Amino acid sequence: MDTFEPKITAFVCNWCTYAGADLTGTSRIKYQSNVRVLRLPCTGRIDFMLLAKAFAQGADGVIVSGCHPNDCHYTSGNYHARRRWMVYRGLMDFLGIDVRRVTFSWVSAAEGARWAELVDEVTSRVRELGPYTEYQELALTGVE
Amino acid sequence: MDLKELSRELLAKGDVQAVLGFRRGTGGRRRPAFIRRPEEAANLVFDAGCAQNLAGYLTRREVRRMGRVAVAAGPDTLRAILQLLAERQLKEEEILPLALDAQGQAEALPTAQAVEAHLALQAKAMPTADRELLDRLGAMDRAGRWAFWQDQFSRCMKCYACRNSCPMCYCGHCTMDCNRPQWVPEASHALGNLEYHLVRAMHLAGRCVTCGDCGRACPVGIPVHLLTFHGEEEVRRQFGQGAGTSARLDYALGTFRPDDKETFIR
Repeated sequence: MDTFEPKITAFVCNWCTYAGADLTGTSRIKYQSNVRVLRLPCTGRIDFMLLAKAFAQGADGVIVSGCHPNDCHYTSGNYHARRRWMVYRGLMDFLGIDVRRVTFSWVSAAEGARWAELVDEVTSRVRELGPYTEYQELALTGVE
Repeated sequence: MDLKELSRELLAKGDVQAVLGFRRGTGGRRRPAFIRRPEEAANLVFDAGCAQNLAGYLTRREVRRMGRVAVAAGPDTLRAILQLLAERQLKEEEILPLALDAQGQAEALPTAQAVEAHLALQAKAMPTADRELLDRLGAMDRAGRWAFWQDQFSRCMKCYACRNSCPMCYCGHCTMDCNRPQWVPEASHALGNLEYHLVRAMHLAGRCVTCGDCGRACPVGIPVHLLTFHGEEEVRRQFGQGAGTSARLDYALGTFRPDDKETFIR
């Protein structure tokens, strides 16, 4: 147990990235098992607080992924999400939250290999960064 | 025209049913006041001590019931009024902004268009101390900023004065009060404080008119206004629109352009 295995939480949309991750599996492509996939209807549904909650509950890294621009099942959910992340990422950085641990991406239902690459890349980066104790310790101050 | 004179006239003619402005409070302070009779208009004051943004009162139900309300407004209050109009929280005919200059001379601005034209002539500059602190934070490394805000938030006791003072925080049921399930911890421990300020800043991004009332309201002196100032600057830089400039402004995060430019999504 002395090697650190990061926990990665992935918030993905139902229509593109979740299907893409499914394709990774059916294509028998191997990738790091550190990722926990959470399926939501659309990237537009991913509340910014979910990212903060993931860190508070022990995630060391977060992936947010959905349909490429123009491919949204609901026409515009990912465009709204993109604007939200443009502001939220800056705010996280301003507050000193480590934005290297948050990865935003577009992965379509046809990009099974790309999903595997993405997870591997994020996992190795977060492994290097180490556990996000700085944030997780905040949660501990609440339970005395 | 002089504010007192104008207010007396408006009330006497029945153009408005109340004038919202400032009167003398205790200890040399100024406090908000609703003037409802013409003879009371003599109590109105307007000077450097009247920094509070009065726009927040206008959306309240008990104020709405008074009828048409004139409001003594500096530039920040005017911006807030425009933003509230843009968010359809006010109707033009419900209010009458009285724009004030430094000498206490008032000018009635009956339409949103008049307010926009009035504001277009006013230069908006962030106070020097805020600008310096923002720049200093921007120049720090991430760990430095984290340490700075954790130190600041350690004094926060979640009194919600920053939320309550904000004219844009008008939601009847705030996310902070949402407890089924408890979304943001209500206790003022390190995590609850960070999440609270994160939510507040994000909910005001693209809506903050940078009046700074939240920072002034904070009883322990946390520069909470810098969080929303930062968000406002980001929105201006990335989407080219500023809150409180027009009564026909779309919410920056409620709309989009297919060619929005970002550099971090892969």
